[in-house]
Amino acid sequence: MQVATGKSILNGIAIGPLRIHKRAEMKISMTSALTPEKELARFKEARLKAQEQLGKLYEKALEKVGEDNAAIFEIHQMLLDDVDYTDAVKNVIETQNATAEYAVTATGDSFAAAFAALEDAYMRARSVDIKDISHRVVNVLLGSGDAQMPDGQPAILVADDLTPSETVQLDRSKILGFITRHGSSNSHTAILARTMNIPALVGVDFDESWDGRLAVLDGYNSRVYIEPTAGLLSAMEEKRKGHLKQEALLQGLKRKPNVTLDGREIKVYANTGNVEDVGLALQNDAQGIGLFRSEFLYLDSEDYPTEDQQFAIYKRVVETMAGKKVIIRTLDIGADKQADYFNLDKEENPALGYRAIRICLTRRDVFKQQLRAILRASAFGTVSIMFPMVISVREVRDAKEILEECRAELQAEGAAMGRVEVGIMVETPAAVMIADELAEEVEFFSLGTNDLTQYTLAIDRQNPKLDTFYDPHHPAVLRMIRQTVEAGHRHNCWVGICGELGADQTLTETFLRMGLDELSVSPAAVLPLRKLIRSLDLGQEAKKTFE
Amino acid sequence: MKKFEYVITDGLGIHARPAGLLVKAAKALDSAVTVEKSGGKSADATRLMAVMGLGVKGGDTVIVTIEGGNEEASAAAMEAFFKENL
Repeated sequence: MQVATGKSILNGIAIGPLRIHKRAEMKISMTSALTPEKELARFKEARLKAQEQLGKLYEKALEKVGEDNAAIFEIHQMLLDDVDYTDAVKNVIETQNATAEYAVTATGDSFAAAFAALEDAYMRARSVDIKDISHRVVNVLLGSGDAQMPDGQPAILVADDLTPSETVQLDRSKILGFITRHGSSNSHTAILARTMNIPALVGVDFDESWDGRLAVLDGYNSRVYIEPTAGLLSAMEEKRKGHLKQEALLQGLKRKPNVTLDGREIKVYANTGNVEDVGLALQNDAQGIGLFRSEFLYLDSEDYPTEDQQFAIYKRVVETMAGKKVIIRTLDIGADKQADYFNLDKEENPALGYRAIRICLTRRDVFKQQLRAILRASAFGTVSIMFPMVISVREVRDAKEILEECRAELQAEGAAMGRVEVGIMVETPAAVMIADELAEEVEFFSLGTNDLTQYTLAIDRQNPKLDTFYDPHHPAVLRMIRQTVEAGHRHNCWVGICGELGADQTLTETFLRMGLDELSVSPAAVLPLRKLIRSLDLGQEAKKTFE
Repeated sequence: MKKFEYVITDGLGIHARPAGLLVKAAKALDSAVTVEKSGGKSADATRLMAVMGLGVKGGDTVIVTIEGGNEEASAAAMEAFFKENL
């Protein structure tokens, strides 16, 4: 067995023979027997034809991968209109008495090299797009038509590089996955592969001897195993089945409402800890983001992230969710989450210490930067703000006052903003006990069951010795959840759970009966939970009660 | 001549898609539009490869210059374009 690594662009598994794909060698002669005028005319005609092909490809991609992803072929059409590009081709034809195909190849190579030299990884990846359009024109000139993908048995395609146009034309029933030597996870090819749900690795150093050999492409671990051992093969088969099951679940549940058999509806959102998770949330068909942990912006940074940096991230998340709700939890740092530049003191009891809203209310400069960034992002979708670790009404009023101050400032600056729903995390016993008063201040509660359990049971979950005492279904915790739901509903506040308990399927029925309005769970837990909800009937007597 | 500065809020910067839209928008105007990356190169906004080649990233500042034609209207259109798309 041989193992090679690369960069995965999709979590999936492909098992099958490898097939190395080589583009037909193109014979390009440099010097033309025609006049430069005739070569120019050939170029002009080929360029138009190439653009026409791209127009058709755009239509095809529109169907296969949607408007956003199809846009690349529109860009390709425009690139062929670029004056700098066409001038350069013209220049080569005229000064070197070259053939049109030579001029296009030379120009494409030099423009691609210029992009490949750029500092920015995304822009570097654009050199493939330039090569792709140049190839297309040369193919037209040589009459070789569109590059064809191999037919025959389903296989894992191996190539030096795949262009976006080749990728979108891949026949999903023949291509189990693909592996390329070049390319980046930023390339349009990668984006298309993700959308088409093709497991793929880029940056794999393969050799010719791989052709025809059995392999496993494991997108989860960014590895390819050539001639895998029997043990590995069967383990991977299992993993692949699990993946397919998830896929099938998705197909069956996509866009279906989350209602129990007797018609009770509940929202299922996803918890996300970074921008990549947002993609996973969408892939798993979550109805929204129930918890966007903004801490990563601070933890991944050497210094306080600026308002503009934060805004750029929030905007991207909000836009990605395209109108679906995004609940951003304001900075929840301290305790086990530390960033050096905050210069927080070492504490005897960090879980009960200077953290979350307590930092925000005393470091208003830091808090305001974040609130301003969130408010600005609200112009691009549906945004809610949620304050963590609340224990008193005064804290909520103070936080809201600062939020309003930011809103007024931004209004004066002429910034666009949307309506922002305000809520709090209920994760302290204190908040549960005064939930009625708190509910008058906010529009929603989200129960942080991890901390709520820890504080209620006085059990440190980091300490393995306490495992025998720890009961996540402790009636005290469940009664707290019920009290919070009831208090919230008395004051028109919706109530959800964003802690781990939300994904606990033994409690789903209990939660539904309590009247919870939302459960926010990790992206991978969304579909199984939705499936369960749709199979429950609250009209029947409860099977098991915990309280 | 009219000029304005803009801080790019799109995380990816002036990537392919908005660059394409920018070229379309600039071509529709009767003024010459130049985009300059603060501290870097500048490009004619109707030239796609040049615009993409600026390598403008999220958080970068660009200086947009509008010359000739109805500068008032063109500048307003460009400002609106950047706010909306970048």
